[in-house]
Amino acid sequence: MENPEGVSVKHNVIDLNSATNRMAGGTSLENANPLIFQRSGERLLTATDEDDDITDPIDDREIFDPYLIRNINDPEHPLSLEELNVVEQVRVNVNEQENGVSVEFTPTIPHCSMATLIGLSIKVKLLRSLPDRFKIDVHITPGAHASEEAVNKQLADKERVAAALENAQLLEVVNQCLTSKSV
Amino acid sequence: MLRWLKVNARSSRMATDSTLLLGLVEEFVSGQQDTKATETAKGVKTGQFTVLQLVEALGLSLTSSQQETRARGVKLLSQVLQECYSYLNEREVEVLVAFYENRLKDHYVIIPPVLQGLKALTKSSALPPGSAVSILKSVFQDTHVQSLMIQERSCVYNILMNLMESREQELKGLGSDFVFGFVQSMDGERDPRNLLLSFQIAGNIIAHGYEMGKFTEELFEVTSCYFPIDFTPPPNDPHGITQEDLILSLRAVLTGTPLFAEFLMPLIIEKLDSDVQSAKVDSLQTLAACGPVYGHKELAQFLSGLWSSLRREVFQTASERVETAALSALSALTACLSRSVISSDSDDSLHTLLDLVLKDCQHHLLEPDLKLVWPSAKILQAVGGASYRACLRVGSAVVPLLLEQYINRTQSAQRRTLLEVLQGFIQPTEASRPAEGEENVLLPFQSSLCGVVFSALSESGAGLQTTATRILTALGQQSGVLTPPDVDLAVDHLTTLILQEDDPQVSGAVVECCGSLAPLHPSAFTSRMVPKLKEHIFTEPMVQGNGPSPDELGSQNAVRQRCVTALARVACEPSLVQESTPVLLQVLTAAHTGGGSFSVDEVISVCHSLQRIAEHAPHMEAEIGQFFHDVIIPRLLGLALQAAVQDEGPCGRSPLVEEAVLSAVAPVISSCCSRLNADCAKLSASRAVSLFLNGDVAFLPNNNLPTNTQLLKTPSPQVSQLVCLLTASVCSLPRSVEIPEIDRLLKDLEEVSCTHTHSFTHTFAAKCYAGLINKRPNGPALDAVLERSMKRVSVELDNSASCLRTQALTLLLWVTKALLLRYHPLSTTLTDKLFSLLSDRALGPLVADGFSLLMSDSSDVLNRSCHADVRIMYRQRFFSENSAKLVQGFNSAPPEEKAGYLKALSHIMNNLPREVQMTELPALLPLFLEALSCPDVGVQLSTLSCLQPVLLDPPSALTNQLESLIPRVLTLTTSRAMKVRITSLRCVHSLSRLPDHMLLPFRARVLRALAAPLDDKKRLVRKEAVLARGEWFLLGSPGR
Repeated sequence: MENPEGVSVKHNVIDLNSATNRMAGGTSLENANPLIFQRSGERLLTATDEDDDITDPIDDREIFDPYLIRNINDPEHPLSLEELNVVEQVRVNVNEQENGVSVEFTPTIPHCSMATLIGLSIKVKLLRSLPDRFKIDVHITPGAHASEEAVNKQLADKERVAAALENAQLLEVVNQCLTSKSV
Repeated sequence: MLRWLKVNARSSRMATDSTLLLGLVEEFVSGQQDTKATETAKGVKTGQFTVLQLVEALGLSLTSSQQETRARGVKLLSQVLQECYSYLNEREVEVLVAFYENRLKDHYVIIPPVLQGLKALTKSSALPPGSAVSILKSVFQDTHVQSLMIQERSCVYNILMNLMESREQELKGLGSDFVFGFVQSMDGERDPRNLLLSFQIAGNIIAHGYEMGKFTEELFEVTSCYFPIDFTPPPNDPHGITQEDLILSLRAVLTGTPLFAEFLMPLIIEKLDSDVQSAKVDSLQTLAACGPVYGHKELAQFLSGLWSSLRREVFQTASERVETAALSALSALTACLSRSVISSDSDDSLHTLLDLVLKDCQHHLLEPDLKLVWPSAKILQAVGGASYRACLRVGSAVVPLLLEQYINRTQSAQRRTLLEVLQGFIQPTEASRPAEGEENVLLPFQSSLCGVVFSALSESGAGLQTTATRILTALGQQSGVLTPPDVDLAVDHLTTLILQEDDPQVSGAVVECCGSLAPLHPSAFTSRMVPKLKEHIFTEPMVQGNGPSPDELGSQNAVRQRCVTALARVACEPSLVQESTPVLLQVLTAAHTGGGSFSVDEVISVCHSLQRIAEHAPHMEAEIGQFFHDVIIPRLLGLALQAAVQDEGPCGRSPLVEEAVLSAVAPVISSCCSRLNADCAKLSASRAVSLFLNGDVAFLPNNNLPTNTQLLKTPSPQVSQLVCLLTASVCSLPRSVEIPEIDRLLKDLEEVSCTHTHSFTHTFAAKCYAGLINKRPNGPALDAVLERSMKRVSVELDNSASCLRTQALTLLLWVTKALLLRYHPLSTTLTDKLFSLLSDRALGPLVADGFSLLMSDSSDVLNRSCHADVRIMYRQRFFSENSAKLVQGFNSAPPEEKAGYLKALSHIMNNLPREVQMTELPALLPLFLEALSCPDVGVQLSTLSCLQPVLLDPPSALTNQLESLIPRVLTLTTSRAMKVRITSLRCVHSLSRLPDHMLLPFRARVLRALAAPLDDKKRLVRKEAVLARGEWFLLGSPGR
């Protein structure tokens, strides 16, 4: 009765426990003093944006826009994924015709145990925010993490993602990452 | 005791109805009729019988061997006393107190009414000396408070409160026994209401200096055991006590006295380790509250412990709330240590703390790429901002370090971070500002600081330049930090930036900086900046080959634009106004004569700049007002008139005949006229009137204009549209200024507004007419004018074949507005006329939109800055007078006319203050829901934008209608009009803030419906859809 799905969920729980334990404050963070990066500016409004007759295609920049992925909160720091350079616009790729979106993310250190959680947050945000015609692919920037393959495999597996979101604790952390601060 | 009472009662018996009293007692005690207590109390109050007679009548019940009967008896007495304690004299109180104290020893079922009675007696002002102490002794001795029920415990606390209020001195005579008694009473209390009371008592004990003696720690223990407060009010919150109430009252106790410091500090350090965020925040805020109360003595031994906890909270937190609270606590501690007087035998604890902070934070400033640079900077700024002494120490350590780092680093991003950090140390806070005789903290580094700022200003990065400009602004505001050569250099840098830097963020900061430095150093600006800007404004673009390319032309325009903005911003002081406004006027003249190729947009922006100067200049009534009156207004009028009467020149039409330009010139005149002093205003009025009525051009400069043109009677729109300048000149003057020849003026204006075919002209004539009418005093003259004009309007409107109906309607709308603002009785008639026109086939839509004009503030006439007669709350009044008519009209209108009513209604609602919207909305909700389904896009949009703010905090009438509201709003998210889609999505977003239990039934439906707009063709719509859907996903989900 070995069920591979069960194992994966369990793995997520372990991830989460180590994460929540550290966030409790007693122990120090894995990477207490990460590099930080400038936020990019807002997209300027143009006349065509207001014109109801023109169709605006979904582009890389839009996926990166603040209401989508770049303002997702980091689970550990009071910083956005953009400020930690975990997501960058050049690592976002949209193919409007073939309905594909691919996002690469770069954990701040190669052993970051938050990688799955961050990936899951990005994936969930995109699932909630993009039309369902898109196939969403979220994976680690090649070479940026020790267990890259394992994490990518988890993120690519629909059922595992769904199962992970059944876990209330995990969902809570994901939701915290997706809660907008400016409200 | 009873016997004594009986004797007294008998001797004072008067002709009272003792049988009645006995009856009442009997019915209360044996008959168990609680209402009889009120009747008895009423009898006492009316003098029908006395308390002593009541006691006598109670006699048997009070001495009964049945404890239930005794309890009933005491209860009646206590309830009567509760209402009648103020009728008692000292002797009576004394006896009753002795009685009640004695009863405290009785059976437990009697205790509740006994305590109630005592509570009533403690409120009496006739309480004899000594009673307070004896009551307390008995209560402390004979009752075990925590084994009583909630209400009885509350009674005990109230007894304490009452006595503390009236018998403070007596209670203090008890010494620390009082505190001990209280500690025992509240030990173990769990009810939130009683806790609030007991915290209040504890707070009073501390605040009023009751002796705590050896029970200090006990008092701390018995209160601090609740810290941090963890309380969730029960559902539907019957007592209205929030966690916040409890937190604040407990905090007042714990931080009330330095005597608690030795117990509180370790407790706070311990609780800061908590995993619960609210506990952390509470601990930090409590720590901050100690600052004003404590001295260095209390804090000294805990400094290193506190610092390491606080540092951790700032360095490692993921929560901004915790960070902010930790920084304020740190700042409060520093302020406390800075305030304390140092004794000669102890170290300065301020330096102990600052040493710790500097040691742990300073080195992070050397790593501008890493995250901790920011928390460290925030800590140092919080500490440095706490006091002058701290600022001196931190500033002298950090500022040179940052300056050195800036010079050594070469990467622009690092420099930018360093400069941004530095910026936080430049502006002193209220607390750290040097006092009289103290030197500015920055003075020792003045020259290197200026060096770095100037070097950053000449770098290429927009971020660096912006930050450097902001630093310069802060430096300029501190006296003595910029030397005169520095100021000159700064002005030169700013000038260069204006001329060369096209990044909007930089130019914004530069203009701000100019605005703040100019009033402090006007001569540097007049001599160095204004001439250069002027030179650039009038430099022709370099002509190469076939003239400038569009790109070059665009950038040339942008430079001019920045120069004009800067000129307007620096003109905030008479000498600068006199330097810079002539340059702006020269631009207008050049534009008019065709020199310098100024575009219409540039001319408009010059007018906006002049308007800004007129609005912001200080002392407008004095020098600057005179200058505007003497020079600027005549020049503007002259230019406009010249442009209007001349034929098209070789360079095409003058921009000054454009409606857009005139609309920008008018506000310059009106904002100036509204600020003139009485003499200038009077002169200004007569000049304007004689110019427009008689063509008197004598006061205009460069006079080569035709005289005696009757401007108001010219059919040419190019001339007649100048009426907008007349409006600006005469409608914004103070009400006390008399307008010459007003009747002739009104007559001419009426004629123009009713007959002119040029829409701009007849609309402005109507506005001018309305603006004057609004200010005219009541009386036969006004009535006559109004009657004549309204009759004319009526005739025109009733003639459906007339081609001047739009003109008549416009005049009607403006006059209605003018009158309803001042509560003129005629406004009702006119409003009704408008209602009747709602069903007019041709004019209906215009009328419906006209309600927006009636209800919103008009920017050019009939507003308060034009000194119009505007009564407060005229909108509410209009609404309450007319909403019923609208609803009725809506209900009886045929379907094709309903939209007009809905539109009118939504215009009215949209302009009401929010509080009124909230109260009025319930009654109109059915109409609003109907309006959402109305096919007219304008109605939908206006209704949605009215609903959206209401949805942030909706009244219950609305939340009961979610079942019909939500589907309607969701339908509109796929409307054909983009604005409707956006606003409806915002409404869906706002709805997500309602309590979860109301929304959860709709969650699935909303999420499904919002999937469609996620694929909208417009990005702005998708954005709103993503935001709204994201919030709805979080509903009822953990971690929100």
